[in-house]
Amino acid sequence: MNRRKPEPVQVVKQRRDAALRALVEGVPYIGFLGIEFDRRGDELTAVLPFDEKLIGNPMLPALHGGVTAAFLEVAAIIELGWATLWEDIEAGRIDLSQAAEVQLPRLPKTIDFSVDYLRSGLPRDAYARARVNRSGRRYASVHVEAWQDNRSRLFAQATGHFLMPALDNG
Amino acid sequence: MTESGGVSMSHDDAAKLELARQFIEAIPHSHALGMHLDMIGGGRAVISMPWDERLVGDPRTGVIHGGAVSALMDTCCGAAVMSHPDAPAGTATIDLRIDYMRAATPRQRITARAEVYHITRSVAFLRATAHDEEAGLPVATATGAFTVERLEGAEK
Repeated sequence: MNRRKPEPVQVVKQRRDAALRALVEGVPYIGFLGIEFDRRGDELTAVLPFDEKLIGNPMLPALHGGVTAAFLEVAAIIELGWATLWEDIEAGRIDLSQAAEVQLPRLPKTIDFSVDYLRSGLPRDAYARARVNRSGRRYASVHVEAWQDNRSRLFAQATGHFLMPALDNG
Repeated sequence: MTESGGVSMSHDDAAKLELARQFIEAIPHSHALGMHLDMIGGGRAVISMPWDERLVGDPRTGVIHGGAVSALMDTCCGAAVMSHPDAPAGTATIDLRIDYMRAATPRQRITARAEVYHITRSVAFLRATAHDEEAGLPVATATGAFTVERLEGAEK
């Protein structure tokens, strides 16, 4: 048997985390909303820690509907970008834990985004997970679900279509 | 300030606009995005916000993130519902769909215009557009359904 020795787990994790960080930190608006990403293997969970500036209805109080839409859209785009890069990250073709400056491909562009508001967003942390239902060379369709305290009680869900970045204009 | 779309407003309208403006600008997230209510009344609203580098979605181009445009559209639709003559006591988004037609030009103000085109006892149906400072093709268009909340006992 001439099997390659598996890479040390820390090397793999560092490479994955560096690529994810590059995707997320490249977008100022994600920082403005304070969205973070929790990674387990290839599974991402977007986390929106509660902040006063996310309130849309001070009387209830409730999260702003626009914040909910933006959170879901960010979760969908990052998931799609991440899923597109995954094989290159795993193969070591993208390794940002070593190099200082590697340009990641551009993120997909939203064509349309449709949000279904199921209940009002509470003044608590929110979580979202996206699923890429179809990803072709040019177009992708992504579904995303968001919840707060209970995974089974979604407060919003959305479907969006995205234009994939052209491979050659990098 | 009392001029909107070339139509001068009565003193009463100006007072109402000022009240609605204070209400919208007191919403923490609308305030964080720097939203400004330009016109409201009769189931229509116009709200704008400045370009801001914190809202950028693509640093290579400086184009604002779609999510920030969504927040503007959602606020504008909600304001339009609240201003409808059937005077709902409150409203919440049921569904909002946004179509992104083109990238917003960096450093230009974005203006959303929303209109209630049908309202029932329980639901308001809306259409909205968002433009940057160039007229013509909108940056984005939206359609939405919003709840119509009635005051307790006001049910007809």
